[in-house]
This record gives sequence, structure tokens and C-alpha cells, in this order.
Amino acid sequence: MSASGFPKAGVVLSLDGLQALIDALAARGYQVLGPVEHDGAIGTGHIAGIADLPAGRTDRQEAGSYRLDDRDDGALFGYAVGPGSWKRHLHRPIETLFKVRRVGDELSFEPPREPPARTALLGVRSCELAAIAIQDRVFQGGRYVNTEYAARRANIFLVAVNCGDPASTCFCSSLNTGPRARRGYDIALTELVDGRHEFLAEPGSDSGAALLAYLPNRPATEADWQAADAVAAHAAAQIHRRLPAEGLKEALQQHPEHPHWEEVAARCLACANCTNVCPTCFCTTIDDHSDLDGHGAARVRRWDSCFNGDFSYVHGGAVRTQTRSRYRQWLTHKLANWWDQFGTSGCVGCGRCIAWCPAGIDLTVEATSIVDSISAEAKAHGVA
Amino acid sequence: MARPRLAVVKFASCDGCQLSLLDCEDELLAVAGAVEIANFPEASRAMQPGPYDVTLVEGSITTEHDAARLRALRDETLILVSIGACATSGGIQALRNFADVGEMVRAVYARPDFINTLATSTPVAAHVKVDYELRGCPIDKGQLLELVSALLAGRRPGLPSHSVCVECKLAGQVCVMVAHGTPCLGPVTHAGCGSLCPGYHRGCYGCFGPAETTNTTSLAAQWQALGASQRDIHRAFRTFNAASEPFRKEADAHG
Ligand code: SF4
Ligand code: SF4
Ligand code: SF4
Ligand code: SF4
Repeated sequence: MSASGFPKAGVVLSLDGLQALIDALAARGYQVLGPVEHDGAIGTGHIAGIADLPAGRTDRQEAGSYRLDDRDDGALFGYAVGPGSWKRHLHRPIETLFKVRRVGDELSFEPPREPPARTALLGVRSCELAAIAIQDRVFQGGRYVNTEYAARRANIFLVAVNCGDPASTCFCSSLNTGPRARRGYDIALTELVDGRHEFLAEPGSDSGAALLAYLPNRPATEADWQAADAVAAHAAAQIHRRLPAEGLKEALQQHPEHPHWEEVAARCLACANCTNVCPTCFCTTIDDHSDLDGHGAARVRRWDSCFNGDFSYVHGGAVRTQTRSRYRQWLTHKLANWWDQFGTSGCVGCGRCIAWCPAGIDLTVEATSIVDSISAEAKAHGVA
Repeated sequence: MARPRLAVVKFASCDGCQLSLLDCEDELLAVAGAVEIANFPEASRAMQPGPYDVTLVEGSITTEHDAARLRALRDETLILVSIGACATSGGIQALRNFADVGEMVRAVYARPDFINTLATSTPVAAHVKVDYELRGCPIDKGQLLELVSALLAGRRPGLPSHSVCVECKLAGQVCVMVAHGTPCLGPVTHAGCGSLCPGYHRGCYGCFGPAETTNTTSLAAQWQALGASQRDIHRAFRTFNAASEPFRKEADAHG
């Protein structure tokens, strides 16, 4: 058995085989979205073929910085996660929930049903599979289902890519969400550029297996599996950031007045970038719009953030007027309260909030600093 | 129901914001159908006296005479909206607040004795109660239509006060600061433009003024890390919203 719970099976695809995969998805009515280079970063966009992929490109990510660079092995997936997560294709940044028109004395409601486009996401990283699983839980795992999300999610085909070259900002291994995909995909690819250019393809679902069987391929040999293991081992060895393994939840939940919150607030811009790039953050607000003629209106949902003042607005004013309390809300929800609410961490270790914070604030550093200061204090007081 | 009476009145300004209203080509007829344009010198010669249901005020207050005119206007207006950087923060002409106006007048005018002006350029809200503000230099046409349709429907207009960054992310743009190393004022600037400049690979220069919460000190430190000089930072905060408190203080801190 492979880690996905699916029988360990794999085939090897050539570059032509990868092209055949994209073609087969298109032939089955999927629009294929994958990594594309635009505006100085590798984001996501429509893919017609392997020529659209960022061949021979990589990224250098640090706190508050992202730069593209060349790599000499021609790899198609030789980079980590980019600025936009797949979230925007499932949980849309702006979504019209309904429109309503006044016709005579009647109101006519029009739910704007997009035709349920079958969409294949190509190049989804392990941390992002974990993030999608978290949003599945949030949006469709409880009593109240986000119907727009669920409709889209039911039409998604996931082609994962195992990471070979994590960024310095990655810390999936600290949360057991990567760098190798274990579940939640239809097909997982490992790019093998060890003197050849092939892909070990593992099925993770019946439809993934059926599709692979249809593609030109050869069975994976023991040597191919070893090569894929080596990619995963190399990737794991490159990951150095971590979240504190012990005491994190208690430290955050029990120290709302810790002086470190103020210290972070001195640097934090309250700009909300971290939450908007985060693949698990799900908060939204609702805007109502009306036409000038008074006959039409629309209700629109859009991404919101706990860093925005209006987010905590209740009658009379905002509850969290200070950046200190907004940052505390974010970190405490993400890393601690999420466990109580959903049974997992809200962080999958993708590192986006670190790279895309214009002030270079690193949650692993902030969380560690709080945990360390609390355990140091406990030691000083002789508490084990 | 009678159509609400609208006035559009200008003080010290370039008229650019009023032009945004005229620029609503597709929607202008709908606006004209929904409201009675009672006083809008830029668009029509018909200038009817108040009272007005809604008055859009463009421009800042730079003379005693204008201050009195604004107070009178407030008295005959139900809902007063200041539009644009001049009306909401004093505009580019508030640079005079940091200089000697007498000296400027002598340098510019042949007959300085004809000029009767205040030492400062101040926003509308410094003189009268303002009900809503539209930021920007110039204002955003979409925001203007949103405001007018909200007032007509009696609902709260959707004019978010968060950073430009939020709009940048909603639009799926790539951060120019993080990915290109371009200094950007987006993190401290009030939303409303739809993240226009970063969409063209430019840093935001803050024309919508300060967002609801700002940390200009931290942003200035990041600008420095990207190679901006003290003078660059001073000048960045000293433009269309120079007199807004957070921008004024940050400019002062850099010379
Ligand atoms: S909190 Fe940061 S590192 Fe964790 S999942 Fe969100 S963006 Fe990624
Ligand atoms: S966090 Fe892990 S799974 Fe995600 S991009 Fe980095 S290495 Fe890959
Ligand atoms: S942590 Fe960074 S990205 Fe998040 S609100 Fe603060 S400054 Fe912005
Ligand atoms: S990005 Fe900044 S400078 Fe450009 S229009 Fe918007 S607020 Fe003004």
C-alpha cells in the first residue's frame, strides 16, 4: 500500500506522457489550470500544454521577498508555492450570491449559477492538498454548506506534484503536510530530472488510476521508486523552518497579554496580505449593491480579514481597534483555536504569509518567541 | 417620491473629481434620472438655490470666504459628502501648511496685495460635519456610483477603509514590493482605487490617503531596506494627502 491508502502503483510518464495527460483532461471536458509565470512570479493560469509551464525556473523566497531565478535542469516544477494559492479557484475572492430584480410588485431572485466547469488543477503541492482538505472541512464538512464552494469542489480533478525544491519559507514537514503528497489527490507526480526527464505518476483515486491507464506510459521499476524517494528526501532535508512542537496551543491561548503581541504590532502593517495569501483563511464579508434605478440589487461575498478594522465591527465600533489584537487574533486562531474548532492546525506550513508579508513578519519566529519566553519563565519559577 | 436634489460644489481644487462624475458616461443618464441635479456648475448653467438632499463637495478650504460659503452650504444640505483628496485631507495645496504662504504669494503673483488667502489648506471636515468621504486624487467612479446608489436606496455605502493591499490580492495581482522590490504605499493607503498602480507594476503613491489603521513607521523602515533614501520617504508621504495626520508625521520624521 502507498501512503495514500491506494495500492502502491505507479507508472512513468515521459514529457510526451505529461502532455498526453493535459490533453486527456481537456478531452474529458476539464479546463486545466497550472503554474504559469506572470508579473515576476509563478502563479496559476490556464494551461494548454507543457510549453505553458515555467520550464527551468525556480524561486528564491525569504521573509518579505520573492524572486524568480533560472535553474539548469529544465525542470517544469522546480519551485515552491507562489503568491496566489488555489484557494481563489475554489473559494472565490469575490462572488455574487444572488441578484434580485423588482418586476412590478414582485421580486425576482436570480441565483447566478455558473455552469459547473470541470476544472483540473495541475501542480498542486502537498501543503496545498492539506489546505484544500481544511477548506473542505470548513465549507462542506458541517451543518452549513457553502454551496458555491461545494459545487465547484465536486468538479475538481487534482494532479499533485511532489516538491523537489522547497523554498526557505516552507515548513510543511513541521506540520506533517509535506513535502510529499500522501492523500487527497487523483494523481501525484514526482518529477525526475536525474539525467533524464520523466515523471513517476501515482494514482490516488479510481478516476486517477483510470486516466493513467489510458496514457502512454511504462510501469515504474524499483529504480524509479528509489529516484522518487530521493527527491522527497532531498526536499525534506532542505526544510529548516519549524513551528514549536510543544506547548504552542496553550502558550497562545493562555497569554493574551503577552508583551510580544505589542512587539509584533510595532512591525505589523495590518495590511491583511498574510490572510489573503493563506490557503486556509476563509473569512468573508457581505456587500449589498443596488442599481441607480432602484429596480435591481445584488448580494456579493468577498474575502475579508481579521486585520481589517471593519472585520470586528459590532454596534458602536470595532472590537479590535489595535494591531496588537488583530495579530493576536490571527495567530491564535490559526495555530491554536483551529484545533478546538476543526480538529487540525489552521496552518499547513506553505510559508506564503512569510514571503508575502511586506514587513517580513515570520509567524514561526513570532510563535517560537512567545513559546520560548513562556517556558523560560516557567523554568525560572521552578515549574516543569 | 420626489427625486432627491443634488448639488456639486467646488472649493480649492482642480475639478478632476467632478469630471469623474461626468465621466460616468454609461451611468450618467441613470444618475440624471434618479436625482434632480439642482446645482452643478461644471455640467449645467441651471443653478438652483438650496436646500439640497445631497451635496458633493470638492476642494479644500483656503480662504475665509470659502469657509463661510461651506458653512452656509452645510446649513442647507441634508447629506454632505466630501470628494477627493483636496476635500478629505487638504490636497496637494496643503503643502503650503509646511511653508510660508506670504513668501509664496510674493513669488507667484504680480500684485500680492490682491491675494487674500489663509495660511493653510484644510479639509472640509475641519470646518463642518461630513457624512461620507470619497477618497482619491481623483475619486474612483465606481465608488461614486456606489455612494449615489446607496444613498438613493437608503443603505450604507460599501466604502471599505482597509488597505490597498486587500484590493491588490482580490484582483490577483502580484505584490510589487515583495516580488519586484518596488517601494509601495499600498499597505498604509485607504482602499477604493481597485489597486490601480500596482496593477501597472508601480508602487502605490498614496493618493487615497491613510487607511483606517496605519503603521507608516514600519513601512518606512521597509522602504529603507529596499534602498529608499530619507528624502524619498519624506517626499512619498508629502503629496496629495500631505496634511493627513499619519502621512504628515511620517514625512516629518524623514527630514
Ligand atoms: S499561516 Fe502562513 S504558512 Fe500557514 S498555511 Fe497560512 S500562509 Fe501558509
Ligand atoms: S511547504 Fe512543503 S509542500 Fe508546500 S511548497 Fe513548500 S515544500 Fe512543497
Ligand atoms: S503580518 Fe505582515 S502581511 Fe500580515 S498584516 Fe501584518 S504586515 Fe501585513
Ligand atoms: S494605487 Fe495608490 S496612488 Fe495608485 S490610484 Fe490607488 S491609491 Fe492612488
